[in-house]
Amino acid sequence: MRHIISILMENEAGALSRVAGLFTARGYNIESLSVAPTEDATLSRMTLVTIGDERVIEQITKQLNKLVDVVKLVDLSEGVHIEREMMMIKVRAEMGMREEIKRLSDIFRGKIIDVTDTSYVVEMTGDSSKLDSFVRAIPEELIIEVVRTGASGISRGPKALTL
Amino acid sequence: MELSGAQIVVQSLKDEGVEHVFGYPGGSVLHIYDAIFQQEDVRHVLVRHEQGATHAADGYARATGKPGVVLVTSGPGATNAVTGIATAYMDSIPMVVITGQVPSPLIGSDAFQEVDTIGITRPCVKHNFLVKRVEDLAETMKKAFHIANTGRPGPVVVDIPKDVTDPNIKVPYEYPSKVKMRSYSPVEKGHLGQIKKAVELMMGAKRPVIYSGGGVVIGDASAELTELVQKTGFPITNTLMGLGAYPGTDKQNIGMLGMHGTYEANMAMHETDVLVAIGARFDDRVTGKIAEFCPHAQIIHIDVDPASISKNVRIDIPIVGQVKSVLNDMLRILTEREMQADADALDAWWKQIESWRAVKCLEYPKSDEVIKPQFAVDTLHKVTDGGLYLTSDVGQHQMFAAQYYAFDKPRRWINSGGLGTMGFGLPAAMGVQMAHPDATVACITGEASILMCIQELATCKQYNLPLKIILLNNGYMGMVRQWQEMFYEGRYSHSYVDALPDFVELAESFGHVGMRIDKPGDLAAGFEEAFSRKDELVFIDVVVDPSENVYPMIEAGKGHHKMHLSPQQASERELA
Repeated sequence: MRHIISILMENEAGALSRVAGLFTARGYNIESLSVAPTEDATLSRMTLVTIGDERVIEQITKQLNKLVDVVKLVDLSEGVHIEREMMMIKVRAEMGMREEIKRLSDIFRGKIIDVTDTSYVVEMTGDSSKLDSFVRAIPEELIIEVVRTGASGISRGPKALTL
Repeated sequence: MELSGAQIVVQSLKDEGVEHVFGYPGGSVLHIYDAIFQQEDVRHVLVRHEQGATHAADGYARATGKPGVVLVTSGPGATNAVTGIATAYMDSIPMVVITGQVPSPLIGSDAFQEVDTIGITRPCVKHNFLVKRVEDLAETMKKAFHIANTGRPGPVVVDIPKDVTDPNIKVPYEYPSKVKMRSYSPVEKGHLGQIKKAVELMMGAKRPVIYSGGGVVIGDASAELTELVQKTGFPITNTLMGLGAYPGTDKQNIGMLGMHGTYEANMAMHETDVLVAIGARFDDRVTGKIAEFCPHAQIIHIDVDPASISKNVRIDIPIVGQVKSVLNDMLRILTEREMQADADALDAWWKQIESWRAVKCLEYPKSDEVIKPQFAVDTLHKVTDGGLYLTSDVGQHQMFAAQYYAFDKPRRWINSGGLGTMGFGLPAAMGVQMAHPDATVACITGEASILMCIQELATCKQYNLPLKIILLNNGYMGMVRQWQEMFYEGRYSHSYVDALPDFVELAESFGHVGMRIDKPGDLAAGFEEAFSRKDELVFIDVVVDPSENVYPMIEAGKGHHKMHLSPQQASERELA
């Protein structure tokens, strides 16, 4: 099962390596990981996507909680939540394909943010599976470069992961 | 008061009540060593290798419950300390390790004796700190001791760049009396509802077993455990780390469990219907094959670390809290509700256990010719009346000591259970002796293990530590040889310790007393003489049977009921 775990941690040097090190040391998977400061400069928020059965996920959350730099965490997959990821994809856009890619991008509600005679950069946000679909929709030989941020997530409703 | 960083390090140790620091000087910690030189409250013990410093601090912590303190320099000082840090981490021992670091401006430049200490130690510490500003030093020291010594204890590294300890830069000093960390708040009390459920399950049990581990020793809950066992009348088995938490000579103690546990303990584990795990972590050497572990049991698990619960074995009633506090709650509930165990069922259960005990799995052949290692430990127990602080290295001698030296008190059996670190015994014994100058402290070891930290004999001489070193010398890495005999058709690949020194002369060259015993008949008198030399370190080279193996034995990955007994007993017994 795919789980999306949100972590509030001390904004300290080395905190990220503690999390990453834990995953390698204990043999857990990291699908994606994104981290940035929050409105409180002393805290970072990390969103981590991992895959494992119920027992593995239980161990992952317990082991993460045990890290001294981790202040609080929540497994967003346990409740209703919103997940977003941002992607920038550079594609070959020549002759007839220019129109086709523009149409595809519109259907996925992407934005073309860079244009040359031969290429576009499309910016797109959505959950990870939507971005996967867009990548699949573009003919493979047209893709020049794909950059994705990794997922970040937030729960629905007034409840929040704060201190 | 205005102090330099170096003075702050020493003053905060004083304020923390630290009496001994085990260390070795070097470039990055010279400012701190200069501050140590100028005071007398904190006593520095100079070891001969940084690994020795960590094991000594570890032994000190295990014997007292107070955090052990280590001071080493950057680079090789820190890397040499890593084995000892990992040893303490695996056994949850509180320790604060201060490492020097190259000056801040040089960090990352591959400077002389620079190593990424934070990175190297990260997977084997409870937490670590790099102190970048002298203003943060006192608070960091406080946090380090707080983290090391609360919750599930463990080692904490404080890495201090040399410029932070500069004697010319002074800042106001005040040692914080308390520390509060929003990201760290270990649990104290267990959930009462869970504890009640556990007590009810226990009182309904037909074939209960209490399985207790190192957490009871570390959590100072030996008295509470003993009361619970005696009040319920349940059988108790201890892990290697839990020996001494319940009196080893008491009838309700069915011995150690696991790979080299007793027949009765492992069979009871296999047949139990309610297992009460207390401060134990279901290590693979205890559980054997997980799929065949306690197949009939509902399991209660009391532990301070939530991550220990359901890590290896699925738990039915988890209780997260300090073992001492949870056991007190259990005892109170038992008394208040006047609950009684099922006496008839318990009676039948004990009869079953006695029939397993009658197998006498720890019997060994007697010999007048050659010293059996089991006989050596038996004799040691008799001569010392079971009263030793006994440290151990790793291998056959460790298992023989665990099996034949019954400990009646906690914090007396000091060994590297989790990491299995050869070389641990001698320096750990130094730490124990420093903590308890008047106690009789011995180290049981093998000729392979002792050579790994033999240089610490010089430390023992310098500080007049009258240890008794009992070397069970069989000329082999015994446990390696045993596995090669059993699983590799006797191909003894590199397990023979060729070109051994003369240990008597070796001990004497360090200024100690050396003795050799090679006849079973001389053993008791030899030990008596050695222990009568109260002020001298005596190194006793006991020449033992080179072919003896440790039994009973469960092969790695097998179930508890599939034990090998010694060849003298039923060659192999399998009860399903």
